[in-house]
Amino acid sequence: MKSTKPINPAENIPPKSTLKPFIRQQTDSDTQSYSGSEILIKTLVDLGVDTIFGYPGGAVLPIYDTLFGNHDLKHILIRHEQAGTHAADGYSRATGKPGVVLATSGPGGTNTVTGIATAMMDSIPLVVLTGQVPTSVIGNDAFQEADIVGITRPITKQNYLVRDVNNLEHVLKEAFHIATHGRPGPVLVDLPKDMLNTKGKYAGLDNDVDIPSFKPTLYGHHPQIAKAAEMLSNAKKPLIYVGGGAILGRAWEEVTAFAERLNIPVTTTLMGLGAFPESKPQSLGMLGMHGTWYANMAMTECDVLIAVGARFDDRVTGRLDGFSQNSLKIHIDIDPSCIGKNVEVEVPIVGDVKHVIPAIDKLATPPKIDKWWATIHKWQKEHPLVVPKADDKIYPQHMVKMISEITNGNAIVVTDVGQHQMWAAQHYHYNHPRSWISSGGLGTMGYGFPAAMGAALACPDRDVVCITGDGGFQMSSYELATAVEYKIPVKIALMNNNCLGMVRQWQQLFFDKRYSYSVFGSNNPDFVKMAESYGCLGLRATNPKELKDVLEQAMAVKDAPVLMDIRVVEEENCYPMVPSGAALNEMVESDEEAGI
Amino acid sequence: MSDSIAIKQPKHTLSVLVKHNLNTLSRIIGIFSAKGFELDSVTFAAEAEPGMARITITTRGDEKTVEQINKLLHNVVDVLKVINLTHKKSIERELAIIKVSTVKAGRPEIMLIAQAFKAKVIDITIDKLALEVTGNSDKVDAMIEVLKPYGIVAMSRTGSVALKREFQGAVNIN
Repeated sequence: MKSTKPINPAENIPPKSTLKPFIRQQTDSDTQSYSGSEILIKTLVDLGVDTIFGYPGGAVLPIYDTLFGNHDLKHILIRHEQAGTHAADGYSRATGKPGVVLATSGPGGTNTVTGIATAMMDSIPLVVLTGQVPTSVIGNDAFQEADIVGITRPITKQNYLVRDVNNLEHVLKEAFHIATHGRPGPVLVDLPKDMLNTKGKYAGLDNDVDIPSFKPTLYGHHPQIAKAAEMLSNAKKPLIYVGGGAILGRAWEEVTAFAERLNIPVTTTLMGLGAFPESKPQSLGMLGMHGTWYANMAMTECDVLIAVGARFDDRVTGRLDGFSQNSLKIHIDIDPSCIGKNVEVEVPIVGDVKHVIPAIDKLATPPKIDKWWATIHKWQKEHPLVVPKADDKIYPQHMVKMISEITNGNAIVVTDVGQHQMWAAQHYHYNHPRSWISSGGLGTMGYGFPAAMGAALACPDRDVVCITGDGGFQMSSYELATAVEYKIPVKIALMNNNCLGMVRQWQQLFFDKRYSYSVFGSNNPDFVKMAESYGCLGLRATNPKELKDVLEQAMAVKDAPVLMDIRVVEEENCYPMVPSGAALNEMVESDEEAGI
Repeated sequence: MSDSIAIKQPKHTLSVLVKHNLNTLSRIIGIFSAKGFELDSVTFAAEAEPGMARITITTRGDEKTVEQINKLLHNVVDVLKVINLTHKKSIERELAIIKVSTVKAGRPEIMLIAQAFKAKVIDITIDKLALEVTGNSDKVDAMIEVLKPYGIVAMSRTGSVALKREFQGAVNIN
């Protein structure tokens, strides 16, 4: 600065009208020329983005200046970039639209990593925008510099560093296209500060960009489709196994029509919950490590298995050499690398389930499977989901059932990870798609509450219940400030057992009750007081009657978050359970069977 | 997978056409390190077409593993084409520079071996010879084996570069 006299800070502040000079000061001659930040915001609006979750910092100051007073985009100031990424993820899972995150360089970017990995594992479309130090100092260990493109390479579908402002619009449109097409996933765009300040052209390109190297296969190979239809028509013990792909591919109606017309039993994975209504007689509920007894038995015994947008995850298959050994397998997936990865299949079909399922449906005839249904009905009768007998304590299973009843099965349920997640998956009745939001693949604790905020912002007309635990909630509890600030009506049902329930369960079953660092006991905070300190309504329930009152009181609140500290039975275990390393039909159904 | 088992796996040469940027190269290498696939050699250089590059990878694994590698390479956004040259008629070359000690056997014997492999002598010092050999990887491997007893002081191999033959003949399995 060449200032000759000392600057008086008070005098140096420009009048308010010039604080945001960019768009307003433009003259007719330079309407085609915008700063990188302006191009960024214009492109986001162009792409239909209405909400972004962000946190400011040095490298993204130009973007925040453009956002100042901007009414085209709703910016939610989260309290931590990881939570922001989860919130964008929840927003995406509730709507199918890509979630958008904005973070500054260095720590801002690295804080998004867990959220990006979570989205990658569950194929959630996210566009993560990170600030970067100016191009002239990239690589010099500048203040708040991190090689975020390098760090996120294995956990993104694609990522970019935009050095030239004239590439920005194109790269952003390509990023959104890649995030949302084919198997969806997160894409990161790194934005150096000087690029954001440089003027460039805004071309108003088509949102639907053409990328020659990126052409997902949508329509299945016809001979394979015909083969699949024939196998299903002649099956004696068929099973439809539906994964998250049916939701990501918006194919729930097609899947439901297909299963109902052919009258074939349907089991869904954790990610597939809601893709097929559990109220239908064909539904066997969830399968896998904590799936229903009859779904796992059907998987073991079936003779023709059709996997619809599922990936034969180890939590679904159990020990591979004991997995559904006598079945011929049909596998539909848009990602060819998912097919044949864990389990060999006879009929691989690469394509979009939304196109492939109706094509099979057209050719297949309902198989004659009365005997198979009789077997399944017998299993369902003999081995229903176990629920403890009611007494004066709150059992976690009862708590989930009560939430299901009070919300008529119409809420969006968002969870953290662990016992409460599995109980929420088992005992809530999922009849609608995009109503179950949970970190399935990565199993990210701390995901639930911020993801629930994202879902609630995306769907203001729906009830959003975050079923969480005392462990998971404490990983994101600071977001109470955000929920209160923006009046986000998330109902937090905190299943408080004063321990890390699933870790404790494994230690009880497999480590001789040596509860190593899994019990919080009296070291947990007073969650009601915690809520109150943020200006959030906090309620507590210690018995079933209080629970009903508390839930009803919470659900009546429509314009603010509510935290419910629900004191549940501490040493309750989640069953059925396929122990780690066991085959899918080697389930343990109770403490007695587990030998404890 | 132990090394002794991995060595027995058949070799595959993959020719990958990509957009010319380091992010793509890193993503491709990342697949091999993250998923634990074998990677014998990799070359990366610009293609004739501007903005494009060709990566030639030699890897080892059974058919299922190589099929999975193929699929994962295809999933990289900037990959345009993956050709497994193992099942095609292809032309493959590798260049190696090998410095051999002449202390044990003397220059003439080493130079005879070089002649047999059509290798060139490109540097001579009092007790060493530097040889340049070109051929497919098997030939380079063979020459290295022959030279080992004389004492290889240092060597540098380029890794394979390969292309599909235009004439695929009657056994074309496309």
